[in-house]
Amino acid sequence: MLRYILGRTLQMVLTFGLFVVLTYVLLEAQPGDYSQTFIDNPRLTPAQREALERNFGLDEPPHVRFTKYIGNLLRGDLGISYQYYPKPVTEVIAERAPRTLVLFITSTIVSFYVGFLAGKILAWQRGRALEYVITLGGATLFTVFLPWFALLMLWLFAYTLDWFPIGKFISPQLWRTAPVEANVVFNNLLLTAFVGSVVMLAITVATRRRTPRIRTLARWGGFALLLGVTVAVWAWSGLGPYATDMLWHIILPVLTLTLVNFAGTMLLTRNSMLETLREDYITTARAKGLPERVIRDRHAARNALLPVVTTLVFALATALGGGIITENIFSWPGMGEALLISAQTSDIPTAMGCVLVVGILALVAHLVVDVLYAFLDPRIRYA
Amino acid sequence: MARETLTKPGLVLEDTERLAQDELRRLRRLPLWQVRLRLLGRSLAAQWRLFAEQPIGLIGLAIIVCFGLFAVLHPLLMGRVWPRAIYDPIIGYDPAFPSHPVGPSAAHWLGTDPLGRDVLSQLMFGTGSAFTLGITAALVTVLIGTTVGAVAGYFGGAIDTFLMRLADLVIILPFIVILIVLGALFELNLFTLAVVIGILGGFGGTAIVIKSQALTVKVRAYIEAARVAGGGHGHIILRHIIPNLLPLSFLYMMFGVTEAIAAEATLSFFGLLDVRMSWGLMIHTANTAGYLLNFSTWWLILPAGLSITLLSAAFYFVGRAMDEVVNPRLRRR
Repeated sequence: MLRYILGRTLQMVLTFGLFVVLTYVLLEAQPGDYSQTFIDNPRLTPAQREALERNFGLDEPPHVRFTKYIGNLLRGDLGISYQYYPKPVTEVIAERAPRTLVLFITSTIVSFYVGFLAGKILAWQRGRALEYVITLGGATLFTVFLPWFALLMLWLFAYTLDWFPIGKFISPQLWRTAPVEANVVFNNLLLTAFVGSVVMLAITVATRRRTPRIRTLARWGGFALLLGVTVAVWAWSGLGPYATDMLWHIILPVLTLTLVNFAGTMLLTRNSMLETLREDYITTARAKGLPERVIRDRHAARNALLPVVTTLVFALATALGGGIITENIFSWPGMGEALLISAQTSDIPTAMGCVLVVGILALVAHLVVDVLYAFLDPRIRYA
Repeated sequence: MARETLTKPGLVLEDTERLAQDELRRLRRLPLWQVRLRLLGRSLAAQWRLFAEQPIGLIGLAIIVCFGLFAVLHPLLMGRVWPRAIYDPIIGYDPAFPSHPVGPSAAHWLGTDPLGRDVLSQLMFGTGSAFTLGITAALVTVLIGTTVGAVAGYFGGAIDTFLMRLADLVIILPFIVILIVLGALFELNLFTLAVVIGILGGFGGTAIVIKSQALTVKVRAYIEAARVAGGGHGHIILRHIIPNLLPLSFLYMMFGVTEAIAAEATLSFFGLLDVRMSWGLMIHTANTAGYLLNFSTWWLILPAGLSITLLSAAFYFVGRAMDEVVNPRLRRR
């Protein structure tokens, strides 16, 4: 399995190389190089113009510029943002990337889980009215015009029902007297979520071979304990209200993204389940007289999961793209918002930086799914 | 000519076996193209029966037909019923109202936008744009995807590796991010956007799926036979492999339309596209005029958003129903 993962990583590196070359070609192909905005200024003297050209490296041949581009990229130097001048692009992105990541990861995990459950049930309901209703609704959500759908969600939950705030990351009134910066609270929240998932994973793995009763007890007990400890720690630190405020702001974007993304997984699971249900071992399980629920969850769904995980790769890109649209509607100050604003204001360094980071994010997510797949598929695990 | 009909290997012999003897005799007297036409008609009818079993596909088809009529109706209305100065989707203005936007009325069924233009007229005009864009993009996708898939599957080796890595890259990257950056770097209009979407789609997922199908076609006996008979690479790809990939290509065309319509709407909603009028631009206009979160002027946002959703969903529905026709593993026995 190590060999498989190493091979995959190597492929990712190659793909990333191809990606970097393509971004450079795009920049080169752009009509009117972006540095022209400065060089074409009529008030510049020829000497100043030459100095500027040298600074931008425009007097050098393309292959030298390309090696410089790659070198700068590897050193993490993405240039200086026009829009947030004189902040370097790396700094702008470092501030915003975690927020995008949270939106992306949370919604991907939730929508995958919900989609898989729904798909399992859907395959079992084949041919009944419920199947058509869910398929129709799911497919409509899957193809819904996301900006419009996000607006509808805002209208329903924030405007009419007033359950959630209308967009933004935090409530400014509350934070005016806050002792720390928003990013500190946010990063601590991230840390909490990470530690929590690691602990839950450890509990799940440790109780894997126990009897179902102990397993259920340990998992739910562990979850309750973890929740209690987390709440206590946050309350004790005095940052509780701020953390709650942030969580309150994140619910609606995550809900929107989940609703849009879960249908893809659901429909795939359904197809995969229908194929699995044809297998002989399902007939055998039926002949043994096993309850339907056991056949569905233990025999069919386990095996139907594999192709779904494979196609999760497609869903990752969609979810990432969807996150970027969602960020803009909910004014969530993540990378998607930075990307769009910089695209609209021709802030090319920031836009290219965002694209590069989104690309890296997508590649890493792809790698994670591949590794996950290796764990799930015994043919790879024991090879 | 008559003898040749039955000895051609391309003809499905199973079907002719099923024909009654007298029909067979009658068939022998027909020229080859007529026989082919009949076989085509018969297989289409069989596929239609499978397709019609899926309510979801029929719903999708109905929606597409409705929108098609909607688009065709626009030039007729503009020519006969609606005065151009008031109802033109781009430069129209209704001076009868002191301020715009106004809500739905007898003169403007869906109200007017902040610039005083008729929303219904814009909606109908936008339908045409959506169809043009979606179908152009889908055609480019299928053209490239089928070619890339067939070539990669047939030749294998280095060509295959390169094309498939490229496809990996395209599917890993979020579509909309690439388009946003392209919109920032280049001037995109409806046609160039359609071509760009088509290229991205063609080199991406479609190519991978079609390549895997091409691999299964490549090992069939008739490919071997064609090679033994002296057929070159070009002949085999064009006459034997690609015709067998076409059902799948057509299926992916449907998904391509869905993607293209959504992408165009998103880009014009963000104002990154140089289009005269489209559904996305209608919402963008409402946005720039500050009506985006003003939900009392629902007619500025609801009809356009609903149309985008409905039309792309309709193509997706048709695609899913076709999936069950093309992909026999899903069919219920």
